[in-house]
Amino acid sequence: MIAFLIKRMANAAFVMLAVALLAFVIFRFFGDPVEMMVNEQATQADRAELRERLGLNDGFATQYARFVTNAVQGDFGISYRNQQDVMVLIKDRFPATFELVLVATVISLVVGIPLGVITAVHRRSRLAQALQLGSIVGVSLPSFVVGILLILGFSVSLGWLPAFGRGETVQIGWWSTGLLTPSGRAALVLPAVSLSTFQITLVMRLVRAEMLETLRSDYIKFARARGVPAARVQWRHALRNCLMPVITLTGMQIGNLIAFALVTETVFQWPGMGMLFIQAVTFVDIPVMAAYLLLVSLIFVVLNTVVDITYAWVDPRLRDDSARSGGAHG
Amino acid sequence: MDHTASPAAPARPETAARPSRLTRLRDSDLAHSFRAHPSAMLAAAVLALVALSAVLAPLITPQNPYDLAALELWNSEIPPIWQAQGQWPYLLGTDTQGRDILSAILYGSRISLIIGFASVLLALSVGLSLGLVAGYLGGWVDNVIMRVGDVLLSMPFILIAILITAIATASLPAGLRDVLAAPILIFAIAVPSWVQYARTVRASAMVEAKKEYVQAARLIRVPAWRIMLHHILPNCLTPIMVAATLNFGLAILSEATLSFLGVGMPPDQPSLGTLIRIGNQYLFSGLWWIVVFPSVQLCLIVLSVNMIGDWLRDALNPKLR
Repeated sequence: MIAFLIKRMANAAFVMLAVALLAFVIFRFFGDPVEMMVNEQATQADRAELRERLGLNDGFATQYARFVTNAVQGDFGISYRNQQDVMVLIKDRFPATFELVLVATVISLVVGIPLGVITAVHRRSRLAQALQLGSIVGVSLPSFVVGILLILGFSVSLGWLPAFGRGETVQIGWWSTGLLTPSGRAALVLPAVSLSTFQITLVMRLVRAEMLETLRSDYIKFARARGVPAARVQWRHALRNCLMPVITLTGMQIGNLIAFALVTETVFQWPGMGMLFIQAVTFVDIPVMAAYLLLVSLIFVVLNTVVDITYAWVDPRLRDDSARSGGAHG
Repeated sequence: MDHTASPAAPARPETAARPSRLTRLRDSDLAHSFRAHPSAMLAAAVLALVALSAVLAPLITPQNPYDLAALELWNSEIPPIWQAQGQWPYLLGTDTQGRDILSAILYGSRISLIIGFASVLLALSVGLSLGLVAGYLGGWVDNVIMRVGDVLLSMPFILIAILITAIATASLPAGLRDVLAAPILIFAIAVPSWVQYARTVRASAMVEAKKEYVQAARLIRVPAWRIMLHHILPNCLTPIMVAATLNFGLAILSEATLSFLGVGMPPDQPSLGTLIRIGNQYLFSGLWWIVVFPSVQLCLIVLSVNMIGDWLRDALNPKLR
């Protein structure tokens, strides 16, 4: 187990170093950092001095090592666009994205699990077949189209819910939350629903597949034979054994949801990290892009590694590395 | 499936006795399954219609939406034909510049379909070759290829695509940006998607490479590329076909997302995503048709592709036969 643990951690560290290399290459070679930072009037000597001070004259390996060391300490430099510390910018925007992803995840579980159970239990019914069809529609709808249609329906036509912004927020330490005010909660509804559509269908399909498998097993037959009510067998005995893969999927998908939140955030003008990233892309604000890339990849890699290790801990057969399967695919 | 997947058999004496390719296709399991699934048939029909109308767009649309001279400002903001102010020939209305929405959609679908198709083709060729080489040769080559794949899979798909388009556009001179927008998108979508094909092919290549027929082929000095292409590749085409179909839907979706975010096709050669981005600006001014119809078309395309992909996966799965 220890050997597996070390191997898995080393693998994760390797991946992060590779991503950091990528971020560093982007940072260093696309657009000259000096040109981005100085103003028009700067003399040649000023520029040379800044170049020296930033360490841009050092060797590639030295610069990369410095980049990694700084990144580990949360130092990603200064944003080209508004001269602010990149880490402060991200810290300001992180709560908005986190709350959006959290609520979307909760919605996907609360809606997806019951739908999955229903489609598995009443497999041949009209309802189940309609839901099954609906799940294909769910994966095919682009999330920005869902967002736009929700805005058209609930904001423009009905005027029930706000179409953009985060509403009023409350500051708790450095964390700003919209969950405590009525306008904050109202503003969260449409973005969270639109972000969760894809995830709902994913959860529903997984629960259905797992339930179909479990309902055939002996202990379920035995429970039925003993006269346990059907609903209790399905929703307690069977569902419980299906939840482990659902939790895994939910965990691994959080990285994807954070990445996909940037689309939702653009549609709803949600002031999160994703919008920060898209703005950085439009202004070629490379330090912000590099920091966002590293942060999202870190979340992704950590979640995958934790899931792998948990699985190996539960099931010793997986500790043999050859059995390790693909991991998440977005 | 094997008989259609194997390389074209050269004319043999018994050819006359064998049924033609078309009849064999018609009588295959796959064709039977297709006829038994109305949803797959419907999806194929919708997709065929969309593709046909996109190809024929210059012939059937009332105006060329890119030709600025054809746009008349007094024809702007006309609602769809079934509403009171609707006007012939603008079936789905016009946008704020007098551009016919239906024409823009058909031309836009063209761009979306071409980019989706080309990126799948690129990802397939790169993924299949790298996967074959990695699985067949093994050793450090395998290690390097698969490690690169690991790194790509450890970043979200959409993030890689955005980064590539952003960097490519930023490092190109302004004049080239719009010209190269489509190739950049094709490349940006293909980069994160080849890994899946490579992994699938590599797995079967590793198994096949150890089998006796491959070793026999090696003994009689059949060149390595020939073994890979003619002996190993046909054995793993089934899962690849399913993955490619589903990825075609994903590619169209990704292109639309990138264009919607403003890092894809420029407004003067709009794909469906660009059209939705443009229409999104008029969401609150009551001009709903500018954004709704391109969205419907996009969903229709992706839905049909996914339904065909789903059917193909079940039809080719031997466990479900």
